[in-house]
Amino acid sequence: MKTPKELKVKPIRNGTVIDHITANKALNVIKILELPSEKSAVTIAMNVHSSKMGSKDIVKIEGRELKSGEVDKIALIAPNATINIVREYEIVDKSEVHLPDEIKNILECPNPNCITNTDEPVETRFSVIEKEPVILRCYHCERIMTKEDIEAQFKLF
Amino acid sequence: MVVNHQKDIISIKDLSKKDIDYILKVAEKMEPIARSKKRSTVLGGKMLGMLFYEPSTRTRISFETAMKRLGGSTIGFLEAGVSSATKGENLHDTAKIISEYADAIVIRHNMEGAARYVADSVDVPVINAGDGAGQHPTQTLLDLYTMKRIVGKTKDLHVSLVGDLKYGRTVHSLAYALAMFGVDMSFISPRELRMPKDVLHDLSKLGVSVEETENINSVLDKSDVLYVTRIQKERFPDPEEYSKIKDAYMIDLKLLKGTDLIVMHPLPRVNEIAYEVDNTPYGRYFEQAFYGVPVRMAILDLLIKNSEEI
Repeated sequence: MKTPKELKVKPIRNGTVIDHITANKALNVIKILELPSEKSAVTIAMNVHSSKMGSKDIVKIEGRELKSGEVDKIALIAPNATINIVREYEIVDKSEVHLPDEIKNILECPNPNCITNTDEPVETRFSVIEKEPVILRCYHCERIMTKEDIEAQFKLF
Repeated sequence: MVVNHQKDIISIKDLSKKDIDYILKVAEKMEPIARSKKRSTVLGGKMLGMLFYEPSTRTRISFETAMKRLGGSTIGFLEAGVSSATKGENLHDTAKIISEYADAIVIRHNMEGAARYVADSVDVPVINAGDGAGQHPTQTLLDLYTMKRIVGKTKDLHVSLVGDLKYGRTVHSLAYALAMFGVDMSFISPRELRMPKDVLHDLSKLGVSVEETENINSVLDKSDVLYVTRIQKERFPDPEEYSKIKDAYMIDLKLLKGTDLIVMHPLPRVNEIAYEVDNTPYGRYFEQAFYGVPVRMAILDLLIKNSEEI
């Protein structure tokens, strides 16, 4: 375990630590994960020093272990994020996020003339055609969605 | 498709080279029936549902002709104003109902992705007859068929696409299909109407060489096909700018003299091809429009038969 002086935020006892989030994207990450929820406390650290990345964000979720499939969608905006599962202050599992081949229902198609932007009962679906930098294609209208389009959707302010 | 048991034709990207070759081969067999030299009742008793939310002349009539030439019949509506869309019924429900009556559905809609959505919502085969600025795969297939019939091949060609390459949906799918066949292409357009980046991205992935230019004269000697599209006045805020561009891309006999190419056009033409080109060996756009019938006959026959096998 790290010594307390190195830690920017309090360690959690049980839960998930999402580390190596691209700097300034932590709020977008919790939005994608639909957090905070009533059951879990969330701690956020932004723009902290990272030897690997220069600066990074960290999100700690107390009392909830996120499954990798659940977290993979954050690779859309934080491709280098790592997921640490913590039990009794110890990391018991560490994994990286992997962008899935298809993104369902999280994003809206940026094409205003796409059938998914109507009142029809239809889910959005995007296939991942490039991973770095990420490029998606709408299953319905076939238009390309770039990293900038994706980030614009998760813009919070 | 019979080749890989595809239920629908929504985008040219769904088809492999093998699928396309197969459709064009069947279209050749359909040609005598389309020309009324042979009779067929292969789709006798079958019904084609036509959901035309946007007006269409050539595509609609050519689908109707194709279905009737094969002994089938058509039902549906030819503009949104006479459908239950005016009462607020959504596309999903209308398509579901028509799919209970018909053996296949043809849809034209103003929203992109509408045909894919309908195809996922119903059990019968769905053919996309144009979705907004999106896909129009049967147009692409008839364009390829025209090249095959007139130039004699779909490989080792040089095809030059001229005009509005930004908004013209036919050129996007055609460029993709030609790239699948390894055809070299030139894109000739004013700067404002260049081929969109996502189309260029797809083409580069298919490994074909593409040249972009504003000068039509530079491509004439190497081209086998000049595929002309209409430049719409509305695309230019300045009328003077429009009239300059319109003249620069006017196809007439003076321009074509001494070349060995054919001129194609998805129609309607406004003034981008001079009437004097019509009855010359260059002007092949009316023949091209006719080829829409045998190609659509092939598609209807394959999809409706396929759905019976499944």
